[in-house]
Amino acid sequence: MPAPVDPSDLAVSVDGLVMRYADKVAVDRLSLTVVRGTITAVLGPNGAGKTTTLETCEGYRRPQQGAVRVLGLDPVRERRDLLPRIGVMLQGGGAWSGVRAMEMLDHIARLHAHPLDTAMLSDRLGLGDCGRTPYRRLSGGQQQRLALAMAIVGRPEIVFVDEPTAGMDPQARRTTWELLDELRADGVTVVLTTHYMDEAERLADQIHIIDRGSLIASGSPLELTRGGTHATIRLVVTRPFPPGSPELLSTTLGPETQVTQLDDVSLVITGPADASTLAKVSAWCEANGVLPESLTLGQRNLEDVFLQLTGRGLAP
Amino acid sequence: MSTFIPRPGAAALPRQVLAQARMEARLMLRNGEQLLLAVVIPVIVLVGGVTAGEHLSLSLDTSRPLVDTFTPGVIALAVMSTSFTSLAIATGFERRYGVIKRLGSSPLPRSGLLAGKVLALLIVQLLQIVVIGGVAQLLGWTPEPGVLGVGLAIVFGTAAFASLGLFVAGVLRAEATLAAANLIYLLLLAGGGIVLPLSAYGAAGDVVRWLPSGALGEAMRVGFIDGGVAWRDLGVLLIWAVIGSVLTARTFKWE
Repeated sequence: MPAPVDPSDLAVSVDGLVMRYADKVAVDRLSLTVVRGTITAVLGPNGAGKTTTLETCEGYRRPQQGAVRVLGLDPVRERRDLLPRIGVMLQGGGAWSGVRAMEMLDHIARLHAHPLDTAMLSDRLGLGDCGRTPYRRLSGGQQQRLALAMAIVGRPEIVFVDEPTAGMDPQARRTTWELLDELRADGVTVVLTTHYMDEAERLADQIHIIDRGSLIASGSPLELTRGGTHATIRLVVTRPFPPGSPELLSTTLGPETQVTQLDDVSLVITGPADASTLAKVSAWCEANGVLPESLTLGQRNLEDVFLQLTGRGLAP
Repeated sequence: MSTFIPRPGAAALPRQVLAQARMEARLMLRNGEQLLLAVVIPVIVLVGGVTAGEHLSLSLDTSRPLVDTFTPGVIALAVMSTSFTSLAIATGFERRYGVIKRLGSSPLPRSGLLAGKVLALLIVQLLQIVVIGGVAQLLGWTPEPGVLGVGLAIVFGTAAFASLGLFVAGVLRAEATLAAANLIYLLLLAGGGIVLPLSAYGAAGDVVRWLPSGALGEAMRVGFIDGGVAWRDLGVLLIWAVIGSVLTARTFKWE
Protein backbone atom coordinates (compact mmCIF):
# COMPACT_ATOMS: atom_id res chain seq x y z
CA MET A 1 0.00 0.00 0.00
CA PRO A 2 1.66 3.28 -1.04
CA ALA A 3 1.76 6.16 1.43
CA PRO A 4 -1.26 8.47 1.18
CA VAL A 5 -0.62 11.59 -0.85
CA ASP A 6 -1.44 15.07 0.39
CA PRO A 7 -4.25 16.31 -1.92
CA SER A 8 -2.37 19.56 -2.51
CA ASP A 9 0.46 17.53 -4.05
CA LEU A 10 -1.87 16.20 -6.70
CA ALA A 11 -1.61 17.75 -10.14
CA VAL A 12 -4.41 15.62 -11.52
CA SER A 13 -7.12 13.57 -9.92
CA VAL A 14 -9.58 11.52 -11.92
CA ASP A 15 -12.32 9.94 -9.84
CA GLY A 16 -14.80 7.44 -11.21
CA LEU A 17 -14.72 8.87 -14.73
CA VAL A 18 -17.18 7.39 -17.22
CA MET A 19 -17.26 8.44 -20.88
CA ARG A 20 -19.44 6.87 -23.56
CA TYR A 21 -19.63 7.43 -27.31
CA ALA A 22 -22.94 6.30 -28.79
CA ASP A 23 -23.18 2.81 -27.29
CA LYS A 24 -19.45 2.26 -26.75
CA VAL A 25 -17.95 2.82 -23.31
CA ALA A 26 -14.61 4.57 -23.84
CA VAL A 27 -13.76 5.15 -20.18
CA ASP A 28 -15.26 2.96 -17.49
CA ARG A 29 -15.14 4.17 -13.86
CA LEU A 30 -11.53 5.22 -14.16
CA SER A 31 -9.76 6.64 -11.12
CA LEU A 32 -6.15 7.75 -11.07
CA THR A 33 -3.93 10.49 -9.72
CA VAL A 34 -0.83 12.33 -10.86
CA VAL A 35 1.58 13.67 -8.26
CA ARG A 36 3.08 17.13 -8.91
CA GLY A 37 6.55 17.20 -10.37
CA THR A 38 6.46 13.66 -11.75
CA ILE A 39 6.35 12.16 -15.19
CA THR A 40 3.28 9.96 -15.23
CA ALA A 41 2.57 7.65 -18.12
CA VAL A 42 -0.86 6.40 -19.07
CA LEU A 43 -0.05 3.19 -20.88
CA GLY A 44 -2.43 1.08 -22.88
CA PRO A 45 -3.23 -0.25 -26.34
CA ASN A 46 -4.96 1.84 -28.99
CA GLY A 47 -8.58 2.42 -28.08
CA ALA A 48 -8.00 1.91 -24.36
CA GLY A 49 -9.43 5.35 -23.54
CA LYS A 50 -6.15 7.22 -23.08
CA THR A 51 -6.91 10.16 -25.35
CA THR A 52 -10.46 10.52 -24.05
CA THR A 53 -9.13 10.65 -20.48
CA LEU A 54 -6.51 13.22 -21.43
CA GLU A 55 -9.00 15.39 -23.30
CA THR A 56 -11.27 15.37 -20.27
CA CYS A 57 -8.37 16.67 -18.16
CA GLU A 58 -7.73 19.34 -20.80
CA GLY A 59 -11.34 20.51 -20.60
CA TYR A 60 -12.29 19.47 -24.13
CA ARG A 61 -14.84 16.98 -22.83
CA ARG A 62 -17.23 17.16 -19.90
CA PRO A 63 -17.18 14.07 -17.65
CA GLN A 64 -20.41 12.12 -18.10
CA GLN A 65 -19.93 10.64 -14.66
CA GLY A 66 -17.29 11.13 -12.02
CA ALA A 67 -15.02 14.10 -11.40
CA VAL A 68 -11.78 15.41 -12.83
CA ARG A 69 -9.56 18.03 -11.17
CA VAL A 70 -6.40 19.52 -12.63
CA LEU A 71 -4.33 21.73 -10.30
CA GLY A 72 -7.39 21.67 -8.06
CA LEU A 73 -9.60 23.21 -10.76
CA ASP A 74 -12.55 21.87 -12.72
CA PRO A 75 -11.25 21.75 -16.32
CA VAL A 76 -14.66 22.67 -17.79
CA ARG A 77 -16.13 25.14 -15.31
CA GLU A 78 -12.82 26.81 -14.46
CA ARG A 79 -11.34 26.46 -17.93
CA ARG A 80 -10.24 30.08 -18.32
CA ASP A 81 -8.26 29.96 -15.06
CA LEU A 82 -6.77 26.60 -15.89
CA LEU A 83 -5.77 27.02 -19.54
CA PRO A 84 -2.82 29.39 -19.10
CA ARG A 85 -1.37 26.97 -16.54
CA ILE A 86 -1.43 23.84 -18.69
CA GLY A 87 0.27 22.89 -21.92
CA VAL A 88 -1.36 20.55 -24.41
CA MET A 89 0.18 18.49 -27.16
CA LEU A 90 -2.53 17.04 -29.35
CA GLN A 91 -2.22 13.90 -31.41
CA GLY A 92 -1.57 15.39 -34.84
CA GLY A 93 -2.66 18.63 -36.51
CA GLY A 94 -3.12 21.91 -34.71
CA ALA A 95 -1.55 24.33 -37.20
CA TRP A 96 -2.59 26.13 -40.39
CA SER A 97 -1.31 24.32 -43.46
CA GLY A 98 0.41 27.41 -44.86
CA VAL A 99 1.94 28.72 -41.64
CA ARG A 100 5.72 28.55 -41.21
CA ALA A 101 6.97 26.46 -38.29
CA MET A 102 8.52 29.35 -36.35
CA GLU A 103 5.65 31.67 -37.17
CA MET A 104 3.27 29.20 -35.55
CA LEU A 105 5.45 28.80 -32.45
CA ASP A 106 5.87 32.57 -32.12
CA HIS A 107 2.13 33.00 -32.42
CA ILE A 108 1.37 30.61 -29.56
CA ALA A 109 4.13 32.30 -27.53
CA ARG A 110 2.44 35.71 -27.99
CA LEU A 111 -0.74 34.43 -26.36
CA HIS A 112 1.20 33.90 -23.12
CA ALA A 113 2.52 36.41 -20.60
CA HIS A 114 6.00 34.95 -19.99
CA PRO A 115 6.78 32.62 -22.89
CA LEU A 116 10.03 30.77 -23.38
CA ASP A 117 12.51 32.08 -25.91
CA THR A 118 11.22 30.48 -29.10
CA ALA A 119 14.62 30.46 -30.82
CA MET A 120 16.11 28.50 -27.90
CA LEU A 121 13.18 26.13 -27.89
CA SER A 122 13.27 25.40 -31.62
CA ASP A 123 17.00 24.86 -31.34
CA ARG A 124 16.52 22.42 -28.48
CA LEU A 125 14.00 20.44 -30.48
CA GLY A 126 16.04 20.48 -33.66
CA LEU A 127 13.55 22.67 -35.51
CA GLY A 128 16.14 25.27 -36.47
CA ASP A 129 16.48 24.01 -40.04
CA CYS A 130 12.77 24.03 -40.84
CA GLY A 131 11.75 27.31 -39.18
CA ARG A 132 10.62 28.83 -42.48
CA THR A 133 9.07 25.65 -43.85
CA PRO A 134 5.28 25.69 -44.23
CA TYR A 135 3.59 23.33 -41.81
CA ARG A 136 2.19 21.06 -44.53
CA ARG A 137 5.73 20.36 -45.76
CA LEU A 138 7.16 19.37 -42.36
CA SER A 139 7.80 15.67 -41.80
CA GLY A 140 5.62 13.83 -39.31
CA GLY A 141 8.39 13.93 -36.72
CA GLN A 142 8.95 17.66 -37.22
CA GLN A 143 5.23 18.31 -36.80
CA GLN A 144 5.33 16.29 -33.56
CA ARG A 145 8.28 18.29 -32.24
CA LEU A 146 6.60 21.57 -33.17
CA ALA A 147 3.46 20.41 -31.34
CA LEU A 148 5.57 19.66 -28.26
CA ALA A 149 7.21 23.09 -28.50
CA MET A 150 3.77 24.73 -28.68
CA ALA A 151 2.71 22.78 -25.59
CA ILE A 152 5.56 24.04 -23.41
CA VAL A 153 6.28 27.52 -24.80
CA GLY A 154 3.87 29.17 -22.33
CA ARG A 155 5.85 27.81 -19.34
CA PRO A 156 3.00 25.68 -17.97
CA GLU A 157 2.90 23.94 -14.60
CA ILE A 158 1.67 20.76 -16.20
CA VAL A 159 1.88 19.43 -19.74
CA PHE A 160 -0.35 16.78 -21.29
CA VAL A 161 1.36 15.04 -24.18
CA ASP A 162 -0.59 12.56 -26.25
CA GLU A 163 1.63 9.93 -27.90
CA PRO A 164 4.57 12.37 -28.05
CA THR A 165 6.97 10.21 -30.03
CA ALA A 166 4.60 8.47 -32.42
CA GLY A 167 6.17 8.63 -35.88
CA MET A 168 9.53 9.93 -34.67
CA ASP A 169 12.89 8.48 -35.66
CA PRO A 170 15.08 7.13 -32.80
CA GLN A 171 17.19 10.30 -32.66
CA ALA A 172 14.15 12.55 -32.31
CA ARG A 173 12.67 10.21 -29.71
CA ARG A 174 15.80 10.54 -27.57
CA THR A 175 15.76 14.34 -27.93
CA THR A 176 12.13 14.37 -26.86
CA TRP A 177 12.77 12.10 -23.89
CA GLU A 178 15.65 14.30 -22.74
CA LEU A 179 13.45 17.37 -22.97
CA LEU A 180 10.69 15.72 -20.93
CA ASP A 181 13.30 14.73 -18.32
CA GLU A 182 14.45 18.33 -18.16
CA LEU A 183 10.91 19.62 -17.76
CA ARG A 184 10.50 17.36 -14.76
CA ALA A 185 13.82 18.50 -13.32
CA ASP A 186 12.55 22.09 -13.51
CA GLY A 187 9.37 21.18 -11.66
CA VAL A 188 6.94 20.72 -14.54
CA THR A 189 4.46 17.86 -14.16
CA VAL A 190 4.30 15.71 -17.28
CA VAL A 191 1.36 13.47 -18.14
CA LEU A 192 1.92 11.39 -21.23
CA THR A 193 0.00 8.70 -23.01
CA THR A 194 1.85 6.03 -24.88
CA HIS A 195 1.55 2.54 -26.16
CA TYR A 196 5.33 2.13 -26.21
CA MET A 197 6.35 0.26 -23.08
CA ASP A 198 10.00 1.28 -23.50
CA GLU A 199 8.94 4.92 -23.42
CA ALA A 200 6.97 4.42 -20.22
CA GLU A 201 9.76 2.39 -18.60
CA ARG A 202 12.43 4.90 -19.59
CA LEU A 203 10.59 8.09 -18.58
CA ALA A 204 7.89 7.55 -16.05
CA ASP A 205 7.98 7.82 -12.28
CA GLN A 206 4.51 6.41 -12.18
CA ILE A 207 2.65 4.30 -14.72
CA HIS A 208 -1.08 3.75 -14.96
CA ILE A 209 -1.94 0.85 -17.23
CA ILE A 210 -5.40 1.13 -18.68
CA ASP A 211 -7.30 -1.28 -20.86
CA ARG A 212 -10.83 -0.98 -22.23
CA GLY A 213 -11.32 2.21 -20.27
CA SER A 214 -10.40 0.79 -16.88
CA LEU A 215 -7.32 1.06 -14.73
CA ILE A 216 -5.76 -2.38 -14.42
CA ALA A 217 -2.48 -1.57 -12.66
CA SER A 218 -0.55 1.36 -11.19
CA GLY A 219 2.95 1.73 -9.87
CA SER A 220 6.51 2.69 -10.64
CA PRO A 221 8.15 0.77 -13.50
CA LEU A 222 10.05 -1.23 -10.89
CA GLU A 223 6.99 -2.05 -8.83
CA LEU A 224 5.12 -3.19 -11.90
CA THR A 225 7.84 -5.38 -13.35
CA ARG A 226 9.12 -6.79 -10.06
CA GLY A 227 7.50 -10.15 -10.31
CA GLY A 228 9.10 -11.57 -7.16
CA THR A 229 9.63 -15.23 -7.88
CA HIS A 230 7.69 -14.92 -11.10
CA ALA A 231 9.19 -14.91 -14.56
CA THR A 232 8.16 -15.22 -18.12
CA ILE A 233 8.83 -18.14 -20.40
CA ARG A 234 8.33 -17.63 -24.11
CA LEU A 235 7.81 -20.70 -26.24
CA VAL A 236 7.96 -20.49 -30.01
CA VAL A 237 7.41 -23.67 -32.05
CA THR A 238 8.07 -24.66 -35.65
CA ARG A 239 4.52 -25.67 -36.58
CA PRO A 240 1.18 -24.40 -35.29
CA PHE A 241 0.14 -25.75 -31.90
CA PRO A 242 -2.50 -28.48 -31.86
CA PRO A 243 -5.92 -27.16 -30.75
CA GLY A 244 -6.37 -26.79 -27.02
CA SER A 245 -2.64 -26.61 -26.32
CA PRO A 246 -2.71 -23.68 -23.88
CA GLU A 247 -5.30 -25.46 -21.73
CA LEU A 248 -3.38 -28.74 -21.81
CA LEU A 249 -0.11 -27.06 -20.97
CA SER A 250 -1.75 -25.09 -18.20
CA THR A 251 -3.08 -28.28 -16.64
CA THR A 252 0.37 -29.84 -16.86
CA LEU A 253 2.06 -26.87 -15.19
CA GLY A 254 -0.41 -26.45 -12.36
CA PRO A 255 -2.51 -23.56 -11.01
CA GLU A 256 0.44 -21.26 -10.25
CA THR A 257 1.14 -20.58 -13.89
CA GLN A 258 -0.75 -18.76 -16.56
CA VAL A 259 -0.51 -19.68 -20.23
CA THR A 260 -1.39 -17.16 -22.93
CA GLN A 261 -1.28 -18.01 -26.61
CA LEU A 262 0.02 -15.12 -28.70
CA ASP A 263 -0.45 -16.60 -32.16
CA ASP A 264 -0.34 -19.97 -33.98
CA VAL A 265 3.25 -20.69 -33.05
CA SER A 266 4.03 -18.78 -29.87
CA LEU A 267 2.81 -18.57 -26.32
CA VAL A 268 3.86 -17.02 -23.05
CA ILE A 269 3.90 -18.72 -19.69
CA THR A 270 4.05 -16.66 -16.52
CA GLY A 271 4.68 -18.41 -13.28
CA PRO A 272 7.40 -19.62 -10.91
CA ALA A 273 10.84 -19.01 -12.35
CA ASP A 274 12.44 -22.34 -11.77
CA ALA A 275 14.10 -25.16 -13.67
CA SER A 276 11.23 -27.48 -12.95
CA THR A 277 8.78 -25.31 -14.93
CA LEU A 278 11.17 -25.28 -17.88
CA ALA A 279 11.59 -29.01 -17.67
CA LYS A 280 7.83 -29.52 -17.60
CA VAL A 281 7.41 -27.35 -20.69
CA SER A 282 10.08 -29.38 -22.53
CA ALA A 283 8.46 -32.61 -21.50
CA TRP A 284 5.05 -31.37 -22.62
CA CYS A 285 6.49 -30.47 -26.03
CA GLU A 286 7.98 -33.91 -26.44
CA ALA A 287 4.77 -35.67 -25.34
CA ASN A 288 2.67 -33.65 -27.78
CA GLY A 289 4.95 -33.88 -30.79
CA VAL A 290 5.70 -30.16 -30.74
CA LEU A 291 9.16 -29.01 -31.78
CA PRO A 292 10.34 -25.87 -29.96
CA GLU A 293 12.11 -23.30 -32.10
CA SER A 294 13.00 -21.26 -29.04
CA LEU A 295 12.32 -21.50 -25.36
CA THR A 296 13.41 -18.47 -23.36
CA LEU A 297 13.21 -17.49 -19.73
CA GLY A 298 13.25 -13.79 -19.00
CA GLN A 299 12.59 -11.07 -16.47
CA ARG A 300 9.18 -9.50 -16.75
CA ASN A 301 8.84 -6.27 -18.63
CA LEU A 302 5.78 -4.06 -18.93
CA GLU A 303 4.66 -5.96 -21.99
CA ASP A 304 4.51 -9.14 -19.90
CA VAL A 305 2.68 -7.32 -17.12
CA PHE A 306 0.12 -6.14 -19.60
CA LEU A 307 -0.14 -9.57 -21.13
CA GLN A 308 -0.65 -11.20 -17.78
CA LEU A 309 -3.32 -8.72 -16.79
CA THR A 310 -5.30 -8.76 -20.01
CA GLY A 311 -4.32 -11.91 -21.89
CA ARG A 312 -3.50 -9.70 -24.88
CA GLY A 313 -0.43 -7.99 -26.29
CA LEU A 314 0.17 -4.28 -25.88
CA ALA A 315 1.34 -3.62 -29.43
CA PRO A 316 -1.26 -1.89 -31.59
CA MET B 1 20.72 26.49 -16.33
CA SER B 2 17.09 26.05 -15.52
CA THR B 3 14.94 27.05 -18.43
CA PHE B 4 11.56 25.45 -18.04
CA ILE B 5 10.64 26.56 -14.51
CA PRO B 6 6.89 27.18 -14.66
CA ARG B 7 5.79 30.77 -15.05
CA PRO B 8 2.34 30.48 -16.54
CA GLY B 9 0.10 33.34 -17.52
CA ALA B 10 -2.07 34.62 -20.32
CA ALA B 11 -1.05 37.69 -22.29
CA ALA B 12 -3.41 40.67 -21.95
CA LEU B 13 -6.53 39.98 -24.03
CA PRO B 14 -6.06 42.92 -26.45
CA ARG B 15 -2.53 41.68 -27.21
CA GLN B 16 -3.85 38.18 -27.86
CA VAL B 17 -6.58 39.48 -30.16
CA LEU B 18 -4.09 41.62 -32.04
CA ALA B 19 -1.69 38.68 -32.44
CA GLN B 20 -4.52 36.51 -33.74
CA ALA B 21 -5.71 39.21 -36.17
CA ARG B 22 -2.19 39.76 -37.53
CA MET B 23 -1.68 36.05 -37.99
CA GLU B 24 -4.98 35.52 -39.78
CA ALA B 25 -4.59 38.57 -42.01
CA ARG B 26 -1.09 37.44 -43.01
CA LEU B 27 -2.25 33.94 -43.83
CA MET B 28 -5.17 35.33 -45.84
CA LEU B 29 -2.91 37.59 -47.88
CA ARG B 30 -0.34 34.84 -48.39
CA ASN B 31 -2.84 32.44 -49.89
CA GLY B 32 -2.94 32.83 -53.67
CA GLU B 33 -6.54 31.78 -54.19
CA GLN B 34 -7.73 34.06 -51.42
CA LEU B 35 -5.82 36.97 -52.94
CA LEU B 36 -7.41 36.25 -56.31
CA LEU B 37 -10.80 36.45 -54.69
CA ALA B 38 -9.96 39.47 -52.55
CA VAL B 39 -8.27 41.76 -55.07
CA VAL B 40 -7.81 40.37 -58.58
CA ILE B 41 -11.45 39.53 -59.34
CA PRO B 42 -12.87 42.83 -58.00
CA VAL B 43 -10.28 44.82 -59.99
CA ILE B 44 -11.11 42.86 -63.17
CA VAL B 45 -14.81 43.43 -62.57
CA LEU B 46 -14.15 47.14 -62.04
CA VAL B 47 -11.88 47.73 -65.04
CA GLY B 48 -13.86 45.40 -67.31
CA GLY B 49 -17.21 46.83 -66.26
CA VAL B 50 -16.22 50.45 -66.64
CA THR B 51 -14.39 50.10 -70.00
CA ALA B 52 -17.03 47.82 -71.52
CA GLY B 53 -19.79 50.09 -70.23
CA GLU B 54 -18.22 53.20 -71.71
CA HIS B 55 -17.62 51.38 -74.99
CA LEU B 56 -21.29 50.42 -75.15
CA SER B 57 -22.30 53.89 -73.96
CA LEU B 58 -24.03 52.12 -71.11
CA SER B 59 -25.38 54.34 -68.44
CA LEU B 60 -26.76 53.33 -65.07
CA ASP B 61 -27.37 56.82 -63.91
CA THR B 62 -27.33 59.56 -66.52
CA SER B 63 -26.25 62.26 -64.11
CA ARG B 64 -22.76 60.91 -63.32
CA PRO B 65 -19.92 58.87 -64.85
CA LEU B 66 -20.23 55.10 -64.86
CA VAL B 67 -17.20 54.62 -62.62
CA ASP B 68 -18.88 56.55 -59.81
CA THR B 69 -21.79 54.09 -59.72
CA PHE B 70 -19.67 51.06 -60.34
CA THR B 71 -16.85 51.46 -57.80
CA PRO B 72 -18.95 51.35 -54.60
CA GLY B 73 -20.51 48.10 -55.85
CA VAL B 74 -17.07 46.60 -56.49
CA ILE B 75 -15.97 47.62 -52.99
CA ALA B 76 -19.09 45.92 -51.65
CA LEU B 77 -18.12 42.84 -53.66
CA ALA B 78 -14.66 42.91 -52.08
CA VAL B 79 -16.18 43.10 -48.58
CA MET B 80 -18.43 40.15 -49.39
CA SER B 81 -15.61 38.05 -50.83
CA THR B 82 -13.47 38.50 -47.73
CA SER B 83 -16.01 38.32 -44.95
CA PHE B 84 -18.04 35.52 -46.50
CA THR B 85 -16.07 33.39 -48.94
CA SER B 86 -12.53 33.74 -47.55
CA LEU B 87 -13.66 33.47 -43.94
CA ALA B 88 -15.81 30.40 -44.60
CA ILE B 89 -13.05 28.58 -46.48
CA ALA B 90 -10.35 29.48 -43.96
CA THR B 91 -12.52 28.47 -41.01
CA GLY B 92 -13.55 25.21 -42.69
CA PHE B 93 -9.93 24.20 -43.06
CA GLU B 94 -9.05 25.41 -39.56
CA ARG B 95 -11.61 22.95 -38.22
CA ARG B 96 -10.24 20.21 -40.45
CA TYR B 97 -6.60 20.78 -39.44
CA GLY B 98 -7.35 21.03 -35.73
CA VAL B 99 -6.22 24.68 -35.54
CA ILE B 100 -9.34 25.71 -33.68
CA LYS B 101 -8.97 22.77 -31.31
CA ARG B 102 -5.32 23.72 -30.69
CA LEU B 103 -6.20 27.35 -30.01
CA GLY B 104 -8.96 26.06 -27.72
CA SER B 105 -6.32 24.92 -25.24
CA SER B 106 -4.35 28.17 -25.50
CA PRO B 107 -5.13 31.20 -23.33
CA LEU B 108 -7.06 32.78 -26.24
CA PRO B 109 -10.79 32.60 -25.40
CA ARG B 110 -13.43 31.93 -28.05
CA SER B 111 -14.53 35.55 -27.92
CA GLY B 112 -10.92 36.61 -28.52
CA LEU B 113 -10.63 34.25 -31.47
CA LEU B 114 -13.82 35.69 -32.97
CA ALA B 115 -12.62 39.25 -32.36
CA GLY B 116 -9.27 38.40 -33.96
CA LYS B 117 -11.03 37.02 -37.01
CA VAL B 118 -13.23 40.11 -37.40
CA LEU B 119 -10.23 42.41 -36.97
CA ALA B 120 -8.31 40.43 -39.60
CA LEU B 121 -11.26 40.82 -41.99
CA LEU B 122 -11.32 44.58 -41.44
CA ILE B 123 -7.55 44.85 -42.03
CA VAL B 124 -7.78 42.91 -45.30
CA GLN B 125 -10.84 44.92 -46.39
CA LEU B 126 -9.02 48.17 -45.74
CA LEU B 127 -6.22 47.01 -48.05
CA GLN B 128 -8.79 45.95 -50.66
CA ILE B 129 -10.46 49.37 -50.55
CA VAL B 130 -7.07 51.09 -50.97
CA VAL B 131 -6.23 49.00 -54.04
CA ILE B 132 -9.70 49.14 -55.64
CA GLY B 133 -10.08 52.84 -54.83
CA GLY B 134 -6.65 53.53 -56.37
CA VAL B 135 -7.54 51.74 -59.60
CA ALA B 136 -10.93 53.47 -59.69
CA GLN B 137 -9.29 56.90 -59.38
CA LEU B 138 -7.15 56.07 -62.40
CA LEU B 139 -10.45 55.45 -64.18
CA GLY B 140 -11.71 58.87 -63.11
CA TRP B 141 -13.57 58.05 -59.90
CA THR B 142 -14.48 61.15 -57.91
CA PRO B 143 -16.19 59.91 -54.76
CA GLU B 144 -17.93 62.09 -52.20
CA PRO B 145 -18.09 59.55 -49.40
CA GLY B 146 -19.98 59.97 -46.19
CA VAL B 147 -17.82 58.46 -43.47
CA LEU B 148 -20.78 57.28 -41.41
CA GLY B 149 -22.64 55.70 -44.32
CA VAL B 150 -19.59 53.90 -45.70
CA GLY B 151 -18.31 52.89 -42.27
CA LEU B 152 -21.63 51.42 -41.20
CA ALA B 153 -22.00 49.63 -44.54
CA ILE B 154 -18.61 47.95 -44.03
CA VAL B 155 -19.29 47.03 -40.38
CA PHE B 156 -22.86 45.77 -40.92
CA GLY B 157 -21.92 44.03 -44.17
CA THR B 158 -18.99 42.30 -42.46
CA ALA B 159 -21.20 41.24 -39.55
CA ALA B 160 -23.89 39.80 -41.86
CA PHE B 161 -21.57 37.98 -44.22
CA ALA B 162 -19.13 36.77 -41.56
CA SER B 163 -21.92 35.22 -39.50
CA LEU B 164 -23.29 33.50 -42.62
CA GLY B 165 -19.77 32.38 -43.61
CA LEU B 166 -19.17 30.86 -40.17
CA PHE B 167 -22.53 29.10 -40.42
CA VAL B 168 -21.54 27.46 -43.72
CA ALA B 169 -18.08 26.53 -42.35
CA GLY B 170 -19.64 25.07 -39.22
CA VAL B 171 -22.12 22.72 -40.86
CA LEU B 172 -20.23 21.53 -43.95
CA ARG B 173 -16.98 19.65 -44.37
CA ALA B 174 -13.98 21.70 -45.52
CA GLU B 175 -14.22 20.72 -49.22
CA ALA B 176 -17.97 21.26 -49.30
CA THR B 177 -17.47 24.66 -47.66
CA LEU B 178 -14.94 25.56 -50.35
CA ALA B 179 -17.40 24.66 -53.10
CA ALA B 180 -20.48 26.22 -51.48
CA ALA B 181 -18.76 29.48 -50.51
CA ASN B 182 -17.44 29.99 -54.03
CA LEU B 183 -20.75 29.07 -55.66
CA ILE B 184 -22.75 31.43 -53.46
CA TYR B 185 -20.20 34.17 -54.17
CA LEU B 186 -20.59 33.70 -57.94
CA LEU B 187 -24.39 33.62 -57.78
CA LEU B 188 -24.53 36.79 -55.70
CA LEU B 189 -21.96 38.46 -57.97
CA ALA B 190 -24.09 37.66 -60.99
CA GLY B 191 -27.56 38.27 -59.64
CA GLY B 192 -27.35 39.53 -56.07
CA GLY B 193 -27.52 43.26 -56.66
CA ILE B 194 -24.07 43.85 -55.29
CA VAL B 195 -22.12 45.38 -58.18
CA LEU B 196 -24.99 46.73 -60.28
CA PRO B 197 -27.58 49.02 -58.68
CA LEU B 198 -31.05 47.65 -58.07
CA SER B 199 -32.43 49.79 -60.86
CA ALA B 200 -30.60 47.51 -63.30
CA TYR B 201 -32.70 44.55 -62.13
CA GLY B 202 -36.10 45.97 -63.07
CA ALA B 203 -38.95 44.47 -61.11
CA ALA B 204 -36.65 41.85 -59.56
CA GLY B 205 -34.91 44.69 -57.73
CA ASP B 206 -37.62 44.60 -55.05
CA VAL B 207 -36.59 41.05 -54.17
CA VAL B 208 -32.86 41.50 -54.61
CA ARG B 209 -32.69 44.37 -52.13
CA TRP B 210 -33.63 41.96 -49.33
CA LEU B 211 -30.59 39.83 -50.05
CA PRO B 212 -27.53 40.65 -47.93
CA SER B 213 -25.63 41.33 -51.18
CA GLY B 214 -28.26 43.75 -52.51
CA ALA B 215 -28.48 45.54 -49.17
CA LEU B 216 -24.68 45.87 -48.89
CA GLY B 217 -24.40 47.11 -52.48
CA GLU B 218 -27.09 49.75 -51.94
CA ALA B 219 -25.71 50.85 -48.57
CA MET B 220 -22.26 51.25 -50.12
CA ARG B 221 -23.60 53.20 -53.10
CA VAL B 222 -25.64 55.54 -50.92
CA GLY B 223 -22.60 56.07 -48.68
CA PHE B 224 -20.18 56.78 -51.50
CA ILE B 225 -22.37 58.60 -54.04
CA ASP B 226 -24.60 60.76 -51.90
CA GLY B 227 -22.62 60.71 -48.69
CA GLY B 228 -25.78 59.44 -47.02
CA VAL B 229 -26.71 56.63 -44.69
CA ALA B 230 -28.95 53.86 -46.11
CA TRP B 231 -30.79 53.01 -42.89
CA ARG B 232 -33.22 50.62 -44.50
CA ASP B 233 -30.45 48.58 -46.18
CA LEU B 234 -28.39 48.64 -43.00
CA GLY B 235 -31.46 47.26 -41.22
CA VAL B 236 -31.62 44.41 -43.75
CA LEU B 237 -27.93 43.63 -43.11
CA LEU B 238 -28.57 43.66 -39.37
CA ILE B 239 -31.40 41.15 -39.78
CA TRP B 240 -29.09 38.88 -41.79
CA ALA B 241 -26.40 39.26 -39.12
CA VAL B 242 -28.89 38.16 -36.46
CA ILE B 243 -30.06 35.21 -38.57
CA GLY B 244 -26.47 34.19 -39.30
CA SER B 245 -25.42 34.50 -35.65
CA VAL B 246 -28.34 32.45 -34.37
CA LEU B 247 -27.74 29.72 -36.97
CA THR B 248 -24.02 29.70 -36.20
CA ALA B 249 -24.48 29.63 -32.45
CA ARG B 250 -26.84 26.65 -32.80
CA THR B 251 -24.80 24.58 -35.22
CA PHE B 252 -21.13 25.54 -35.08
CA LYS B 253 -18.71 22.96 -33.77
CA TRP B 254 -15.25 24.21 -32.94
CA GLU B 255 -13.65 20.87 -33.78
